[in-house]
Amino acid sequence: MKWLNKLFTKRSSWSIPYFLFLLFVVVLPLVLICYYSFHDGTTGDFTLKNFEKFVSNHEAANTFIYSIGIALITTILCIVLGYPAAYILSNSSLCRSKIMVILFILPMWINILVRTLATVALFDFMRLPLGEGALIFGMVYNFLPFMIYPIYNTMQKMDHSYIEAAQDLGAGPFTVFRKVVFPLSMPGVMSGIMMVFMPTISTFAIAELLTMNNIKLFGTTIQENINIGMWNYGAALSLIMLVIIFVMEFFSDSDEDRASNEGGII
Amino acid sequence: MKDSNFIIELSNLSKNFGDKVVLDDVSLYIKKGEFVTILGPSGCGKTTLLRILAGFGNASEGEIRIAGEDITDVPPHKRPVNTVFQRYALFPHLNVYDNVAFGLKLKKVSSDEIDSRVRKVLKMVGMTDYEWRDVNSLSGGQQQRVAIARAIINRPQVLLLDEPLAALDLKMRKDMQMELKEMHKSLGITFVYVTHDQEEALTLSDTIVVMNEGKVQQIGTPTDIYNEPANSFVADFIGESNILNGTMICDKKVRFMGKEFECVDVGFGEDVPVDVVIRPEDVYIMPHSDAGMFDGIVQSCIFKGVHYEMTVLTSDGYEIMIQDYNAFEVGQEVSMIVKPSDIHVMVKERVCNTFEGKMIDSTHVKFLDTTFACAECGYEGGESVKVEIDFDKVELMDNKEDGSLVGDVRFILYKGDHYHLTVRTEDGDNVYVDTHDVWDDRDIVGIKINAEHIKISKSAHDEMAQ
Repeated sequence: MKWLNKLFTKRSSWSIPYFLFLLFVVVLPLVLICYYSFHDGTTGDFTLKNFEKFVSNHEAANTFIYSIGIALITTILCIVLGYPAAYILSNSSLCRSKIMVILFILPMWINILVRTLATVALFDFMRLPLGEGALIFGMVYNFLPFMIYPIYNTMQKMDHSYIEAAQDLGAGPFTVFRKVVFPLSMPGVMSGIMMVFMPTISTFAIAELLTMNNIKLFGTTIQENINIGMWNYGAALSLIMLVIIFVMEFFSDSDEDRASNEGGII
Repeated sequence: MKDSNFIIELSNLSKNFGDKVVLDDVSLYIKKGEFVTILGPSGCGKTTLLRILAGFGNASEGEIRIAGEDITDVPPHKRPVNTVFQRYALFPHLNVYDNVAFGLKLKKVSSDEIDSRVRKVLKMVGMTDYEWRDVNSLSGGQQQRVAIARAIINRPQVLLLDEPLAALDLKMRKDMQMELKEMHKSLGITFVYVTHDQEEALTLSDTIVVMNEGKVQQIGTPTDIYNEPANSFVADFIGESNILNGTMICDKKVRFMGKEFECVDVGFGEDVPVDVVIRPEDVYIMPHSDAGMFDGIVQSCIFKGVHYEMTVLTSDGYEIMIQDYNAFEVGQEVSMIVKPSDIHVMVKERVCNTFEGKMIDSTHVKFLDTTFACAECGYEGGESVKVEIDFDKVELMDNKEDGSLVGDVRFILYKGDHYHLTVRTEDGDNVYVDTHDVWDDRDIVGIKINAEHIKISKSAHDEMAQ
């Protein structure tokens, strides 16, 4: 009875349910992905065959490169559209900016599939062709809030005295932005990139709906392989993507440190 | 008032934030090369004044001139001033060198000159060899030095300092005070320094501007301000003081604590109520003797490092604070002497609460946006009247629901045997109260005034000074 009492009163034991959850839906699947990707689907032996197939199979590798390209374009468009929006939001009066932020964030409250289907309907209505353009439009539309919010957040928290100090030292409005506001907002841009670039590589629903399945993204390839029962190859592709994301995260983390200490890197 | 000697001329500046008056008709003329300190409690408008000088806020009314030029509407980056910010505001993405060189780089100064000037100012603030350090890795004192270097490198005509030492510990603050004073001497720039620390102001300045409630209370040299405070606020804020109610009987004769004293002040008139200020170090204390001007019993005695601080209860029931090198035991009977020149007499700003009011009917009067019952006074409803209430007739209630209106305690003055409080109502009007009860700063109180204490007379608009 004593140990039971201890178990319930100790604060750290309250995290046990979450750890169990983590173990079964995060750690275990990861282990399984690793296991499947290094094993032969039919024989069950250890093999690197799945990875060889990715390298030799040009279709998968090309899709991969294409996905990264689309993700890059989406990210850049999101920065170009989102940065000014965030800047204006952070500078407008409190009450109005709150409403504006909600307006920007509002699309996120609606299910991504519903939103994408609506985009398809919109393109149909305006007699615009579905395809690459529609795909990028859909991606930017869906991920823009994820870019605006972190940038807005960094700018909001920025100490106004930095701007005053720059003005005091003789900087006009544009110089203040170039020399102080922009460098100091880089951490926000970095986390915006993380929030937009990573998910865009792996989405498949948007690509399927907005290109009528004509353009394949990497996420689609993985989904297809798993759908047709090629668990091991699908797992290998997932693992490749995981590693790429991990590497990019690692690099942008160190970028972020540099950005906040030394200034912009772009 | 135009004089080429003045580098800064502030004329009739007023500033409102909505309904709140932050600066009320402030005029200030500062000579070239002066070290001017703007001193006052928090919320007195001193930082607002500095920000208007720097260009970060616009005055609602008034004019600012620097070196003869009207800069009232000039944006901050075009003003010949630089600021040292309270929390330093060093750019976190730049190192020490780039922070200091920021202003010069904007002016397109050649990199050789930037280099030599950065080294020179860093040497001046004692930060040589820190050029490449990250500003976040510096201590508070070091960051402050870099902030000063960043400002003075631009050779401004005026250096504005916004409580620059507030975040430093005592020892560091003393050292930096000396260094600032040295710097001011060697640079020859006009310094405008904002602080709430009276000791700092007395140590550093050529001229002190004491502010309260958005108004300039007194301008003068540190000795003037200390020895001849213009009113009871200045006397209380600068240094320790005994402030007592008194009556000027005639020239050179003042009555307080139930006794008549000789003093040196003249020209107040006869039988005029005044405030009397005596600095605790100006009271001579000795064991009971007939030579004393008044007697008392020591209530407390605390050692303060150099001197002892004692409270003495006089035989007439007034508490006097005394500082002396000799300690007297608690309970000991003592006698005191005050030199006539150490008795400072000040005109009372007011002798009772005065409000403009309007009769509702013959037994109700409305003032301070509240209707009070009053005694039958012979005035009709709708008539404008003058309402007077003695300080000691205003009652303060713990429970704000018990009063007819609500206020908070803004300023407490101990007058030897009672407290004189300034209570600010929710509408921003001041009610002055004499009380024996102890209240704290910012206490929320209910204000109650009994009908028989409301004195009503004919309204005379030219008498409404307040």
